[in-house]
Amino acid sequence: MKFTEDHEWLKTEGDVVIVGITEHASEQLGDVVFVDLPDVGDTVEKGDEICVIESVKAASDILAPLDGEIVAINEDLAENPALVNEDPLGKAWFFKMKLTDASALDGFMDEAAYKDFIG
Amino acid sequence: MSELKRTPLYDLHVELGAKMVPFAGYEMPVQYPLGVMKEHLHTRAKAGLFDVSHMGQVIVPGEGAAEAFEALVPVSLMGLKEGRQRYAMFTDENGGILDDLMVANRGDHLFVVVNAACKEDDIAHMRAHLESVEELADRALLALQGPAAEGVLEALVPGTAKMRFMDVGVYHWNGTELWISRSGYTGEDGYEISVPADRAVEFARKLLADEAVEPIGLGARDSLRLEAGLCLYGHDIDTTTTPVEGNIAWAIQKVRRKGGEREGGFPGADRILSELENGPSRLRMGLRPEGRAPMREGVEIFAGPEGGQPIGRVTSGGFGPSIEAPMAMAYLPADTKEGATVYGEVRGKRLPARVVAMPFRPATYKR
Repeated sequence: MKFTEDHEWLKTEGDVVIVGITEHASEQLGDVVFVDLPDVGDTVEKGDEICVIESVKAASDILAPLDGEIVAINEDLAENPALVNEDPLGKAWFFKMKLTDASALDGFMDEAAYKDFIG
Repeated sequence: MSELKRTPLYDLHVELGAKMVPFAGYEMPVQYPLGVMKEHLHTRAKAGLFDVSHMGQVIVPGEGAAEAFEALVPVSLMGLKEGRQRYAMFTDENGGILDDLMVANRGDHLFVVVNAACKEDDIAHMRAHLESVEELADRALLALQGPAAEGVLEALVPGTAKMRFMDVGVYHWNGTELWISRSGYTGEDGYEISVPADRAVEFARKLLADEAVEPIGLGARDSLRLEAGLCLYGHDIDTTTTPVEGNIAWAIQKVRRKGGEREGGFPGADRILSELENGPSRLRMGLRPEGRAPMREGVEIFAGPEGGQPIGRVTSGGFGPSIEAPMAMAYLPADTKEGATVYGEVRGKRLPARVVAMPFRPATYKR
């Protein structure tokens, strides 16, 4: 698993990357009540705001970690947004994307580096 | 940036694990480890303790205080009985709202509670128009809200269970004078308790020692008051909105209205009395978005799913943990009918919402 500075985790599954948010991010957000997911087939560029998480108090964006195409979204989150608080690293993945350039993944932090990053 | 102030309960909040944030010039707890959602639901199920010491507490002494105060508010204070409290608002010459407040008749003086962000201006405003105004900087203010509040407080301060909604009284606890009103801003039965600053932590700990009571932060305070359909100053009402537009005209008694014994005589009376007679052009209304996506402050409201100019704007919005759905307040044309569908533009998409009566959740006051 790799981690971004925007508190996302990335897991590879063949040539596809699964994206979610970290436990740290889920705690900071508080109780999640709604997740606005991208559409399958969307082409995204690194840094695009492609997903919105609404907690009781505020809305936060999830950014596309890299260039690519959305190939799947987690429909369970639409039904049960609280999964983001209950199981951020597991059941609460947000979307899967096919990367334009798979080698771009190498630049991200590993778990130890991410732990240092959040202090 | 000026230094943030702290309430007498600051250290206790930190000890309880609160996340502190700047709010109206103070460092205040936004949530405790329980989290906003559970804090909200706990208040509705049992009792929540809120620190509202950042709000202004003011005494206006003198037998003639009520009469003089009526020159600042469209509310009847001469008709307010001793031992009773009433919701009021300071208005300006244009009929806009300078602040909303609570006024209690305590016999030889009025006791006034104003919003933290407005308190300096409010006090200057009162001083400019009233003979004597004493700001009380040495008292904390706690709110105990929820169905268990009555039992919890009665056990500590006997006699308080007999109070009715909007009663006020002076009670004693361990040699300390508590000023208590049966009121609050959550839609729940409950109390607001003014306690000397040097006894505030001790008293708060006594309340928290009851297993029914949890400390509650600003996050849940906001979702609770929104479910209750209550205005937040600076968001739902301000100097650009009149009390009639703000849908708080119920607070204006008949004696201050056209044809009443003490008609007008407050700032902005011409406009406010005319709006009471003829209706305002726009009105604060409730919205229930149809999906799960909240419509937050600033979302523009349209009559149709595409095209056209906005007909209004959300002033407060979020998710209601008790109603398990999003809810919002918006100013809409006054002829918009309850049950009508309007559209809020959220992140570029027009989402449908139903115009509904407020509160979103019925209040449980002990009248």
